[in-house]
Amino acid sequence: MQSTTYSLDSIRSDFPVLERKVRDNKPLVYLDNAATAQKPIQVIDAITDYYKNHNSNIHRAVHALAEESTEAFEATRGKVAKFLNVANTKEIIFVKGTTEAINLVAYAWGRDNVQKGDIVVTTEYEHHSNIVPWQLLTQETGAELKYIDIDENGELMLEQLDEYLATGKVKLVAVSHVSNVLGTITDVKEVIKKCKNADAKILIDGAQAVPHMKVDIGNLGCDFYAFSAHKMLGPTGVGVLWARKELLEKMRPFLGGGDMIREVHKYETTWNDLPYKFEAGTPNVADVICFTAAIDYLTKIGMDNVRNHEIELTKYALEKMSKVKGIVIYGPKDPKKQGGVISFNFKDVHPHDVATIVDKNGVAIRSGHHCAQVLMDKLEVAATNRASFYIYTTKQEVDALIDSLEHVAKVFKL
Amino acid sequence: MSADPIYTEMIIEYSRNPSNFGKIENPHIHRHDSNPLCGDSIDLYVNVDGNKITEVKFDGKGCAICMACTSVLTEMIKGKNLEEVKNFKKDDLLSELGLGHLIKTSPVRIKCALLSLKALKYGIYSYFVDKMNDVEAAGKLKEEAASLY
Repeated sequence: MQSTTYSLDSIRSDFPVLERKVRDNKPLVYLDNAATAQKPIQVIDAITDYYKNHNSNIHRAVHALAEESTEAFEATRGKVAKFLNVANTKEIIFVKGTTEAINLVAYAWGRDNVQKGDIVVTTEYEHHSNIVPWQLLTQETGAELKYIDIDENGELMLEQLDEYLATGKVKLVAVSHVSNVLGTITDVKEVIKKCKNADAKILIDGAQAVPHMKVDIGNLGCDFYAFSAHKMLGPTGVGVLWARKELLEKMRPFLGGGDMIREVHKYETTWNDLPYKFEAGTPNVADVICFTAAIDYLTKIGMDNVRNHEIELTKYALEKMSKVKGIVIYGPKDPKKQGGVISFNFKDVHPHDVATIVDKNGVAIRSGHHCAQVLMDKLEVAATNRASFYIYTTKQEVDALIDSLEHVAKVFKL
Repeated sequence: MSADPIYTEMIIEYSRNPSNFGKIENPHIHRHDSNPLCGDSIDLYVNVDGNKITEVKFDGKGCAICMACTSVLTEMIKGKNLEEVKNFKKDDLLSELGLGHLIKTSPVRIKCALLSLKALKYGIYSYFVDKMNDVEAAGKLKEEAASLY
């Protein structure tokens, strides 16, 4: 049973950077969590401790430090598996981020399983990392790339998926669990059910989901799931690909090199067991090991509590933001249907001007296309502003955002 | 809130009502340029009579800084000789809008401010190479354009 009290003060005191003053001594209001999350002292200390006391390469030497590092590295694998309710830890593959995880699938699975005439399906609200690998794959193989469109609420029009699946040609559906721009939560259970019925594989980009809500891969029923550590309090340079053992066993390796081999001869090589077959070269040992501290931190708070906190903040922010003069908010505008992400624009004011003005008040939001140019085209904008929340975000910080946005409206005489 | 060193009345005014906004059909000089990270995207059109700039227009999308700086640049170069414009420095443009401080304070936004000048220098460079066959002058311009930001 998770605790029902959510101690915002005590959480905030664990994040040294939140004490920063920026831009003429304004307290930092960090609302760019969809890009990357800040790190608690527990994670920062773990990194220092690793390099001070344990640093060693893993999986090879027999000396004490190597043993400690190997053990800690594999312990994180176990921790990730438990966090996501994955029974077989060999299905957890460490990569450098969500992007690499998706590319791994596109190369190692895609090139042997997608052919001319086949269809790969993605959606209009994907990040470039869940579009470009599929463009490369379909262009190379002669397969077709199809998009599930979004409706005016920023939700997927799943009836289009039915049409695509009905052709019997769909080999893979690649969809994000939560949109990084609109915050829309995909009905992944429904998507997975449809894919299973049509015998299509399903990949879920969980970069914006795993940090913010309980994700139970063991019960989801998808085939591939990818996410990054740095958006969930962990270090940069660590990502996870989860895939079914049956698929991983049949897949060819992605990168060749050390650690992924069993035996190397002049002209042939046999592969190492899972998961090492997909982890060529020295991995990001230190950061993988310290990722444990981030998972522990989130587990202690409880993912349901994280989600509830963000629902409350999003509700509060949507109510207040919708009253700012000249503002246009994109996406579901329903805290139950979206993550703690709100994208918006001011009528004909460029998002970079908005971000620069609010930055003067210490408020960090993101402006740009958010690596989602297909979505920008759909919304008929060049860019949007995005505020995104996390476990340490307070209502006072949302108020600071609103004050700054009102100032924008004033400056531009909206 | 204190007076903003970037979003002055003049910048806001220019961004809302840009000068010389539009397109020239079949111009002597045409240059498209963009800032991929922030999405400013402009097309600059220039007509020349002999050595003199007779007509300048631009269109595109961009932030207030980009729109204001491009507007002012078009106003400043109209009627000038290519020789004068060739020697135009970034301070000449930035000081006109009181944005000289951006060089030090905002390495990100300086790109918005100087996009049009970069486009202009590259545009004149191509003109020198293609139409006037002055490779030496062109080479210097290209170097300058590339080192603006």
